[in-house]
Amino acid sequence: MIYDLKLVIAYEFDRPTGGGRQHLRISPADVPGEQTPLRQDITILPAPRERRSFTDFWGTEVLELVMPPGLTECRIALTARVIRHDPGPALDISPPPSGLGAELAEVCTLGGSSPQHFLGPSPRIPPDEAITAFAARAMAKAPTTRSAIEALGRALHAHMTFDAKATEVDTPPSVAFALRRGVCQDLAQIMIAGLRAQGIPAGYVAGYLRTLPPPGKPRLEGADAMHAWVTAWAGIETGWLAYDPTNACWAGIDHLTVGQGRDYGDVAPVTGSLRTEGGQRGTHAVDLVDVAATSRRREV
Amino acid sequence: MAARPPKKPPGFAEGGEERFVEKVKSRYRPLADTPDEMVEADGSLRPLWRDFARAFGGFGPEEVERRRMRAEQYLRDSGVFYRQYGAGGSVERPWPLSPIPVMIAEAEWAELVPGLIQRADLLEAVMADLYGENHLIEGGHLPPALIAQNPEWLRPMVGVPPQSGHHLHFIAFEIGRGPDGGWWVLADRTQAPSGAGFALENRVATSRAFAELYAEGHVHRLAGFFRDFRDALLGLRQDRDARAAILTPGPLNETYYEHAWIARYLGITLVQGEDLVVEQGRLMVRTVAGLKPVDVLWRRLDGSYADPMELDPGSRLGTAGMVSALRAGGLTMVNALGSGVLETRALMAFMPALAKHLLGEKLKLPNIATWWCGDPEARAQVARDPAKLLLSDAFATGLPYDRAEAITSAEALFPEALAALLDRDGPRLVAQEAVTLSTTPALVDGKLAPRPMSLRVFLARTKDGWQVMPGGFARIGASPDPTAIAMQRGGSAADVWIVSASEVEAVSMVPAPGSYQRIAPGALPSRAADNLFWLGRYIERTEVMVRLLRARNIRLAEMGALAQPLLTAMEPMFKARGIETGGIKTGPGIPGALLDVLASAIGSAGQVRDRFSPDAWLALTDLNKTARRMALSVTPGDDAARALSALLRKLAGITGLVHENMYRFMGWRFLTLGRLHERAMAMTELLAVLADSKTPGVLDLAIEIGDSVLTHRRRFTVATSRETVIDLLALDAMNPRSIRHQIEGMGEQVAMLPGASDHGVLSPLARAMLRLTTDLAVESPETLDEEALWALYGRIGEVSDLMTEAYLR
Repeated sequence: MIYDLKLVIAYEFDRPTGGGRQHLRISPADVPGEQTPLRQDITILPAPRERRSFTDFWGTEVLELVMPPGLTECRIALTARVIRHDPGPALDISPPPSGLGAELAEVCTLGGSSPQHFLGPSPRIPPDEAITAFAARAMAKAPTTRSAIEALGRALHAHMTFDAKATEVDTPPSVAFALRRGVCQDLAQIMIAGLRAQGIPAGYVAGYLRTLPPPGKPRLEGADAMHAWVTAWAGIETGWLAYDPTNACWAGIDHLTVGQGRDYGDVAPVTGSLRTEGGQRGTHAVDLVDVAATSRRREV
Repeated sequence: MAARPPKKPPGFAEGGEERFVEKVKSRYRPLADTPDEMVEADGSLRPLWRDFARAFGGFGPEEVERRRMRAEQYLRDSGVFYRQYGAGGSVERPWPLSPIPVMIAEAEWAELVPGLIQRADLLEAVMADLYGENHLIEGGHLPPALIAQNPEWLRPMVGVPPQSGHHLHFIAFEIGRGPDGGWWVLADRTQAPSGAGFALENRVATSRAFAELYAEGHVHRLAGFFRDFRDALLGLRQDRDARAAILTPGPLNETYYEHAWIARYLGITLVQGEDLVVEQGRLMVRTVAGLKPVDVLWRRLDGSYADPMELDPGSRLGTAGMVSALRAGGLTMVNALGSGVLETRALMAFMPALAKHLLGEKLKLPNIATWWCGDPEARAQVARDPAKLLLSDAFATGLPYDRAEAITSAEALFPEALAALLDRDGPRLVAQEAVTLSTTPALVDGKLAPRPMSLRVFLARTKDGWQVMPGGFARIGASPDPTAIAMQRGGSAADVWIVSASEVEAVSMVPAPGSYQRIAPGALPSRAADNLFWLGRYIERTEVMVRLLRARNIRLAEMGALAQPLLTAMEPMFKARGIETGGIKTGPGIPGALLDVLASAIGSAGQVRDRFSPDAWLALTDLNKTARRMALSVTPGDDAARALSALLRKLAGITGLVHENMYRFMGWRFLTLGRLHERAMAMTELLAVLADSKTPGVLDLAIEIGDSVLTHRRRFTVATSRETVIDLLALDAMNPRSIRHQIEGMGEQVAMLPGASDHGVLSPLARAMLRLTTDLAVESPETLDEEALWALYGRIGEVSDLMTEAYLR
């Protein structure tokens, strides 16, 4: 599948702000065998004073900006074309969760994708007793790590109600879990806490999701979303598996990855003064279009 | 006993006083089974201490106390303090010095030095690997979990090579003497070790107490170490026009005094995170002359606080973009960010093997026996033989007894409980042998008593490699219990004398020929300028308030109820200052508003301790204490008038200390501008309120508050009139209290500020000052009526805004 991705992030400020430094993590990643970016363009208005890119510890492309002072509004527009490969059906050859510790002990690397980073608590995901107990129940009967991951994801999906108003970006997973409400970020972080508590290394994936229109309805532009899901380590042989607890499915053809980290803090799309200055309003719109489908429509 | 002091202090110089040695020896009771620095196991005095014992044994109790006081006096006079944390905040505490130096023979020290340097090299190699190739993890030399779950391993620094080629430049080791008499490393301090500056202060204070012993005792000097390190810091700059700076978390930090002190001693700018900004990959400091590059930053701040963008997002102490500057290679950080990971307690378990692997050598200096309980073999070992083992957090940094933390004695647990604990929490636990320390003589109730001692030794990377400070910072326990050594728990500090058999080289901070010259004072950081400006304003504001209150209380005392019309005329000025005067008989003598202004002055001065004379600081804190004491008891009227006069005299002392002693550079200009500005505002207000009042006696009141009674008598042979008062207090440039004098003074200072005039084009501030000066010069007492005075007041106020805009942010 080839996608055209459009993202527009806009900020308006009540009074001119001092400008400052920003990090953007919005570019689709190059993941061998999974997705391949073909081209990309990012436009920033007004023009930043400084602009450079680097790859962070986790392998995510970061665009570093220094914005001029006296900012009243700011618009970030990304367009990209990306190939998303169909992962195809998977064969479950993962060990039982109880056997994961021994395999993990054999992993002596500390690169960004090493499972070693993903077992301990992280800044935004401390251990939580209620989540631990929930995860233990949900995964009790799973014979393999892969099935355990899926079991927890499904259980969470059933337990939680999607509610965009119940939580904020800084709501801890324990609070969202107690509320039984939240957005993709909350579900992902709760699931990560649960997996780690059961000895399964787990990380947070940020990216984009194509939302399929209801049957018979045309797709609406801008209705797609910035999204978050979970990646979990299922042993040396199987490696990392991506599960989307918000939609109770394995991440697949509709998911485009930007990056992954231990929690939201490692892959937040925008960090810096744009987000923290007072009196601001921010909006974002995502549009993920299947290029083939578009050209077919044109042919009609 | 009122005996005259002996002409020469009794001491070793006279020789032969063997009975004094005997006296010291016979009264000193070392602890059983514990090595002591002064006496051998058989009770005989170590030769190194003979000179000290000969001198000390000859001192009577008064003499001992007199010498102790001399050291304390020095510390008090220089304002040495540290910050103690407790329930409900923190307080400044006087520095707890134990005046008896710890003496170590040069020969023994020389044996220690190679072990210290080897360990420094080892830590550098480990650091380079953890932030570089990661061979130690891949090769199985270090467990991955110990690093991957370590909060001090700063991932953004992975793959960022240090610009200077080295991660570590200034480190410290905490060492102690074990039961067998050999030295052990108790902890590695690689994050941002403190204490080197305090070691210098300990040195000065101790040498005051034992001046003869120090002068003739062949004690190695410390200055050379600091000189070489300063030269090394300056040498790390890539650009000769850039500067080296010291980054402090600010006045609320435990050891801020030391940061300010060492900045002053080394002649290096002291900055806080908010002073800095990163531009085009380069670290810059905001100064009154614009942004200036910083090439070398000696941080006294934990690494994770250095950059809220890429490290701890909650940090308010850092600078956004610091990591970006390091990535761009535009900055050398001393030590590299992330060096805190080397302090991890569990890492000590691996040091002996790492030394063999990385250096091909055995550790010359052992560290305290340590087991990381994430390793099954180590767990088995701990379970098998838990005697004298303490369990604590594997990821903790520093000494186990330095802060409140959970420590479990392994042998106190039932074997089953110990095994269960190890199985459950193994990777998070470290087992270490309980620390035993040697004792050294300390003064307890005027007598020498053995107290446990550990030593902090400092190493600096200089152009000739690692240099060890010949001395250090000894920590002395409050009781014979070796865990009571932490200063937060009542321990004290002592100087360390490395004693040579022969003469030692005298050194000073003056650069050696051929080394780097000290750069001319760089541009003043804007925050420092802002604090100095406001310090000047607050001190003057205090004075004005004291004068107003004194005038009121004199009237109360002399005229009683008849003073009411005059008091009513003054009332707007009290109201403007938030002072509730109350009725004739009531109202406080020293109001809270005055104490508030003083507190603000101290707050501003506290921010610029590195630029403010220690004597002036002491005078300011003394004034504050006096005012607070007076506020409790002083009653309105004569009592208050006297008290306020006493405060005025103390204020004059501060102003004198500042203006007689402060170098006429940028900092002084801002302090002066603040004082002149505040005085101009206050005098304009005084005249606007009083000059057109019809109350009898109000003009005399004005010249009294304006401190110009005598001048008025001399200049005008007539009684006060509106014209004479306005002439003297507003327009007479020769009167140091007049508005015009302040405005002209400000004009002179503003003209000397950076960017005041660009090829003849005046800055907005310089232009505003010129207008004010000219307008005031052509005023006459007749035209300067109340309305004109208030207009003038507004214009002077605007100058402060222009100044803030141009220089203070």
